[in-house]
Amino acid sequence: MISVTNVTKQYKGSARPALNNVSLEIEKGDFVFLVGESGSGKSSLMRLMLREDVASSGNVFVLGENLNAISSRRIPHFRRKLGVVFQDFRLLPNKTVAQNVAFSLEVIGKSQGFIQEAVADVLRLVGLDEKADRLPSQLSGGEQQRVALARAIVNKPAILLADEPTGNLDPATSEGIMALIERINLAGTTVVMATHDRGIVDRLQKRVVELRNGEIIRDQTSAGYQKNPTGKISTNFEGITPASTSESTPSFLAGEN
Amino acid sequence: MRVVLREVGQSLRRNASMVISVILVTFISLTFVGAAALLQLQIGQMKTYWYDRAQVAVYLCTDVSPETVCPQGEVSADEKAAVEAKLNSAVLAPYIEKFYFENHDQAYAKFQEQFKGNAVAKYVKPGQLNETFWVNLKDPNQSQIISESLSGVAGVEEVRDQRSYLDQIFGILNVASIAAISVAGLMLVSAALLISTTIRLSAFSRRRELGIMRLVGASNFYIQLPFILEGVVAATLGALLAGGAVVGIVQFFVQGYLAQRMPFTNLVSLGDGLLIVPLLVGAGILLAAAASGLAIRRYLRI
Repeated sequence: MISVTNVTKQYKGSARPALNNVSLEIEKGDFVFLVGESGSGKSSLMRLMLREDVASSGNVFVLGENLNAISSRRIPHFRRKLGVVFQDFRLLPNKTVAQNVAFSLEVIGKSQGFIQEAVADVLRLVGLDEKADRLPSQLSGGEQQRVALARAIVNKPAILLADEPTGNLDPATSEGIMALIERINLAGTTVVMATHDRGIVDRLQKRVVELRNGEIIRDQTSAGYQKNPTGKISTNFEGITPASTSESTPSFLAGEN
Repeated sequence: MRVVLREVGQSLRRNASMVISVILVTFISLTFVGAAALLQLQIGQMKTYWYDRAQVAVYLCTDVSPETVCPQGEVSADEKAAVEAKLNSAVLAPYIEKFYFENHDQAYAKFQEQFKGNAVAKYVKPGQLNETFWVNLKDPNQSQIISESLSGVAGVEEVRDQRSYLDQIFGILNVASIAAISVAGLMLVSAALLISTTIRLSAFSRRRELGIMRLVGASNFYIQLPFILEGVVAATLGALLAGGAVVGIVQFFVQGYLAQRMPFTNLVSLGDGLLIVPLLVGAGILLAAAASGLAIRRYLRI
């Protein structure tokens, strides 16, 4: 489903590669957390999976497409099979909830009939069918993220990429969002979610891939969230305590700025 | 398609002031293009009209002719006969369609008619005007032959191809139309730049929508189309205004004003003006599509 092999991503003007020889396999229906502090390479990895960027070396295959070689004409069609949500929701402020969701179908040329039905269905799924005619500014953060999720899954994507979807939300609201993402996963959608929120990672007991300085330092399919047995983390990182390993700091305060 | 049109409408309203400036700049630049085209049409028409009618004049000596060419003063009857014989000779006759003689009184009558109301008409006497053989050539380009064989002949003051006067006039008109085209070229460059700036501005004000459209997989064509249409709509409005201006120039200035003052000139007609309008609209659409297409492609590089 997603296959990343020996991928290095070097941005222009930075000495250290954002990703360094990263390899990762994600199967259909998997639920994978990407963790690691800011700048560890989580977002770079997700950008590669979305084909917002191209790897400097190595191969990225997503849904059978070689993203190094895909033609720019095919990229839009590739992206239709992916859903994406972000920390900052990215809703259109001048459109209602229903219009925001419908917009993503209109611009890929779906028929009005299909759109009406699909939007109503997905809003019911995320529990916002009552608020379809509200503007984003009239919704709480959690509700806005539900709209964003609705928009991401309305076209029934095979993969959901979530970049810190709970980063702006309080713990109680986060829980509701996570329950929704789990339901989406149970319906068969592969989920890749970058997060800082250790509480969520601990509770959901899913596969965890930890990145540090652009390298995968842990890929743990079993439950549990432990320190790397080799102790490599603390020696590599001079004096900086990553938010994800700090129990005392609420994770949503340590989001990427 | 409905969605695309809605986007175009919204965007045109949001950028109203920029859109108006695009309309005005394309309007003015294409009006210059149209005026230059009209001028060229006018030159072409006058050329075909006048070149066919242009004659070669063999001016004969008068009492007031300069001594250097006419030492004997007024041409004698013998000399006149000699010139006429030459025109009828086997050497020249094949090139000549017809020729006729104009005496002092005929020349005077023509002069009085041409310069009616002009002060000079009162002072001129018939004897001061040249007697002339007017020659129509079979091929107007061959005036050289007449002037070579008749220049310097006794009693001939000057052989003059009327086309040399016309060439001066056409030269001036040509320079005017080249000037109009140069101004139009500069204006078109600024129109293109203005269109691409407007489109970039419009893309910037819709960057959220654009970001989401790319994210959910809208095709590049679909993303770019509203912007290209936006530029094309604005430029088409400008081009239509320019077309209206060109037709107006023909209708009110050329046919209304010039035609009254130049009754014997063959001026461009309304039909010619209408012929230019689709050209202007086509040029405007092409320009706008190219400028906005390039601008949006550079802005939205994947």
